[in-house]
Amino acid sequence: MKSRIPVVLLACGSFNPITNMHLRLFEVARDHLHQTGMYQVIGGIISPVNDGYRKQDLVAAHHRVAMARLALQTSDWVQVDPWESEQVQWMETVKVLRHHHSELLRSLPQTEGQDHGRARSVAPTAVPELKLLCGADVLKTFQTPNLWKDAHIQEIVEKFGVVCVSRTGHNPKEYISGSPILRRYQHNIHLVREPVQNELSSTYIRRALSQGHSVKYLLPDAVISYIKDHNLYTRDSSWKGSSTQRNEGKTD
Amino acid sequence: MENSEKTEVVLLACGSFNPITNMHLRLFELAKDYMNETGKYRVIKGIISPVGDAYKKKGLISAHHRVIMAELATKNSEWVEVDTWESLQKEWVETAKVLRHHQEKLEAGSCDHQQDSPMPGKPGQKRKWVEQRQDFSQKKLLEPKPKDVPKVKLLCGADLLESFAVPNLWKSEDITQIVEDYGLICITRAGNDAQKFIYESDALWKHRNNIHLVNEWITNDISSTKIRRALRRGQSIRYLVPDLVQEYIEKHDLYSCESEEKNVGVILAPLQRMYKSLNL
Repeated sequence: MKSRIPVVLLACGSFNPITNMHLRLFEVARDHLHQTGMYQVIGGIISPVNDGYRKQDLVAAHHRVAMARLALQTSDWVQVDPWESEQVQWMETVKVLRHHHSELLRSLPQTEGQDHGRARSVAPTAVPELKLLCGADVLKTFQTPNLWKDAHIQEIVEKFGVVCVSRTGHNPKEYISGSPILRRYQHNIHLVREPVQNELSSTYIRRALSQGHSVKYLLPDAVISYIKDHNLYTRDSSWKGSSTQRNEGKTD
Repeated sequence: MENSEKTEVVLLACGSFNPITNMHLRLFELAKDYMNETGKYRVIKGIISPVGDAYKKKGLISAHHRVIMAELATKNSEWVEVDTWESLQKEWVETAKVLRHHQEKLEAGSCDHQQDSPMPGKPGQKRKWVEQRQDFSQKKLLEPKPKDVPKVKLLCGADLLESFAVPNLWKSEDITQIVEDYGLICITRAGNDAQKFIYESDALWKHRNNIHLVNEWITNDISSTKIRRALRRGQSIRYLVPDLVQEYIEKHDLYSCESEEKNVGVILAPLQRMYKSLNL
């Protein structure tokens, strides 16, 4: 049997706050990659964006990281990584991918060179791939003029690869055919359909919370308790960022 | 309006819950927010009543499991609970009768211990809920005028409302009784035809003031059918049902191609009953 390529999925975004929809992206993507027969998903990383992204209503990164951590405390394969959020300023997604890719290579067992006896008996470990996990809305922003650098888009699809989970109202195939770079590397873009349509978004959650409505069963109970305890997303608690947004669209 | 002037409401959801999903649980949350915001009602409790096995729906696994899953799903809810009465009946029970059963139970309960709690239920359960209402009960002691019995209302999705039009599925007098004596709270998707549906039915139109349409602005398409399909295909159902429900399903291997074949070729109980009454 051909050995499968190990894959780690990286999701970048605001996670303001993390919702069940974000958590579903990982589940759906993993199922899809496994069903191709080519990949073995070995991990998932959630990387909340830096406060320097200055998106409106973005609560402090330490809260967003804490909420993601609570949401993932019962997951046995997805983790939150605060590295991106702890940098002094906002950075492009491709740099986050580069960082996690080098971390991934560094964490590989270094046994092959040192222990020849054991290395021979074990099949050579395939080098894991790091892929960007996103919703179709992010793929669409690749087309928005001046939002992404072409060189970055190219590096993301050429060197890493994208797993795109489509939501209602998006036609990811169209986004690909409309972009020469994406067309050229479309073999590296995996389009996944979420069989259960759900228009849930962090924006919806924030609005419901500010109106005093229940958000139970839309995000994990532990996250809801955290939001209440810290008085996040009430009408006047949100920090208004400057209206000029940085580059790169983010799923919120 | 003072709390005491508001009509207390108990929301009752009938269905297969095969299995219960986050969408079912959301119906309760949306309905409670809506009813409380009218200023006329105060939702005090939600009841999930899984249908009995005699309903004979295709793929319906045993009520025993469906009840346990619903109990696991509401374990962290302060106001929604599961009632097994319907599921324990040997014969299938019409929804109008399930409503009547729960209304009568509330009436009996309110005579027994009016001052303690308007909620007859298992002692020890949902303690948090009782604790949170301490201030209310104290207030009640100050004004000892007799309280009205809470009203049971049927909570449903748009699919149930539309099933009123399926030939022979519902007795027309049952539909009338549901909307006339109890009331309906129906969660619909924005742009749905529920309003038109009510307009086109004389019985529903007549009692339209007792039908509350609650708009859900986001599509939330988690159906039990899709959950069972994903399970048959070995796909993840995580975050679509509560974690405890998912674990229970896996532990007991509840849904398979085999379970989906249950009751295949068997006529649904309401239809059976209708055909019998028509001597077909």
